[in-house]
Amino acid sequence: MNYTEQINALLSLIKKELHRFFRIWTQSLIPPVATSVLYFVIFGSLIGKRIGDMGGVDYMQFMAPGLVMLSVITNSYSNVVASFFGVKFQKSIEELLVSPMPIYLIIIGFVVGGVARGIIVGLLVMITALFFTKLEVQNIPLTLLIVILTATLFSLAGMINAIFANSFDDISIVPTFVLTPLIYLGGVFYSIELLSEFWQGVSKINPILYMVNSFRYGMIGISDISVDYAILMICLFILIFSIFVYVLLKRGIGIRT
Amino acid sequence: MSENALKIENLSKVYPGDLVALNNISLEVKKGDFYALLGPNGAGKSTTIGIISSLVTKTSGLVELMGIDIDVNHSKAKKNLGVVGQEVNFNQFETVLQILEQQAGYFGLPRKIIKERSEYYLRNLGLWDKRKEQGRNLSGGMKRRLMVAKALINNPDLLILDEPTAGVDIELRRSLWDFLIEINNNGTTIILTTHYLEEAEKLCKNISIIDKGEIVKTSSMQSLLRELDTEIFIFDLKDQIDPKSISNSPFDIKILDTYQISVEINKSQSLNEIFGYLNENNLNILSMRNETNRLEELFLDLTEK
Repeated sequence: MNYTEQINALLSLIKKELHRFFRIWTQSLIPPVATSVLYFVIFGSLIGKRIGDMGGVDYMQFMAPGLVMLSVITNSYSNVVASFFGVKFQKSIEELLVSPMPIYLIIIGFVVGGVARGIIVGLLVMITALFFTKLEVQNIPLTLLIVILTATLFSLAGMINAIFANSFDDISIVPTFVLTPLIYLGGVFYSIELLSEFWQGVSKINPILYMVNSFRYGMIGISDISVDYAILMICLFILIFSIFVYVLLKRGIGIRT
Repeated sequence: MSENALKIENLSKVYPGDLVALNNISLEVKKGDFYALLGPNGAGKSTTIGIISSLVTKTSGLVELMGIDIDVNHSKAKKNLGVVGQEVNFNQFETVLQILEQQAGYFGLPRKIIKERSEYYLRNLGLWDKRKEQGRNLSGGMKRRLMVAKALINNPDLLILDEPTAGVDIELRRSLWDFLIEINNNGTTIILTTHYLEEAEKLCKNISIIDKGEIVKTSSMQSLLRELDTEIFIFDLKDQIDPKSISNSPFDIKILDTYQISVEINKSQSLNEIFGYLNENNLNILSMRNETNRLEELFLDLTEK
């Protein structure tokens, strides 16, 4: 395929991916917003008032960037894992396999779909947060960069899950038993400064802590960790995951007999 | 330029558990051919097609599409290929038009051509009125036609159809045959697997029969049919037959019922002779037909050895 044909093919796949989650907007876009409202009401308005400040800012302000990242991570992951497993399950993966589309375009197409949903949902949650607290983004480029990198990383992670999945159970196990605990223990609701030294060390093994804190730094200017180090680690993981997905698809694992 | 649309050399596929699906098969299909790949269930037909279309990973061997090795230039080789699989393989929640346009998009076609071709194939395959329907609302025959449209959307030089008329009614099957003959006449090479041997006999110029992962016969359809040693004809008679009247017959005649006989004729005998004999014995014929499809006899002979 020449350059123009590759662009046409990629745009077709991206259009399909966007159309997929817009078609099911009541399942893909509304639930994260509804969940966020509950978090803001219960943890922010009701319990948050008793907590007071966290990391030097109002608790609601502290929590809001964490909830945005929670939405970005879960939605970018679930979009790709559901979409890619869906095309495997319905055998419409064959439409891609019989076409001349190179593997890397297939990866980019699905990842762009995941990133788009992550960003849209993140934006909706941020707008929701504005009803409950005041948010002034301190560093817009950094905030955008962290959102895009995080969504990319978790879209790739979702793709790996979908490649190995053989049933619908397989695509819910990782989000339920791995992703959700990591997100909740990744500093969405608290600063790790509240923890003992030992548990602070344990928390620093959790990659999501770096993403949440980097994003929080971009939004409100506070972080428990080094932002430069976080960006470097996210980029490194994106590279590793990209190569891994490429090798899996190139070898036909999970998609060919 | 290669004169072959498809070349397969020493192709093998071994599934986990040492299940040999294909054992060193070799095959050449010339450009412009209408080729039948026949075999019983589990013979290796779909595995062969799966490997050609990248749905199955081969264990060893060479596959060339239009002279291009699929291992060397995978993307270029696929540009000229269209495949109609056995099972429905599109997102059933999307509309007919979306399904077709997406497939065209994956081949890198520009928007204008996608629009033109989608309309052309949907109209030609009788699906234009259904273009806004979701795939899941189509009948079985319509889904088959949509799969054919998808396979043709890139105007492939080689079209592979894996049992395209399975479960399709006679009227639709005949219209699909006419459509395939037309695109073959326009230069598209077609490879067909089917369980309807009448279909292969009617459409295909050349044939390979595959059994237990090996090619057991490759020939032109004409010469294969000429290999038949005997044929059995059924005669419907106007009057009741008296068994004594054929007791000394030089032919192998069996009485099926009082108004029907079967006659096995070998290569050295002609139909004129049997007509003459029946006439001499005052047996008036109302109608006659082959007992079975001719190709079916050969197929069973080759695959039951």
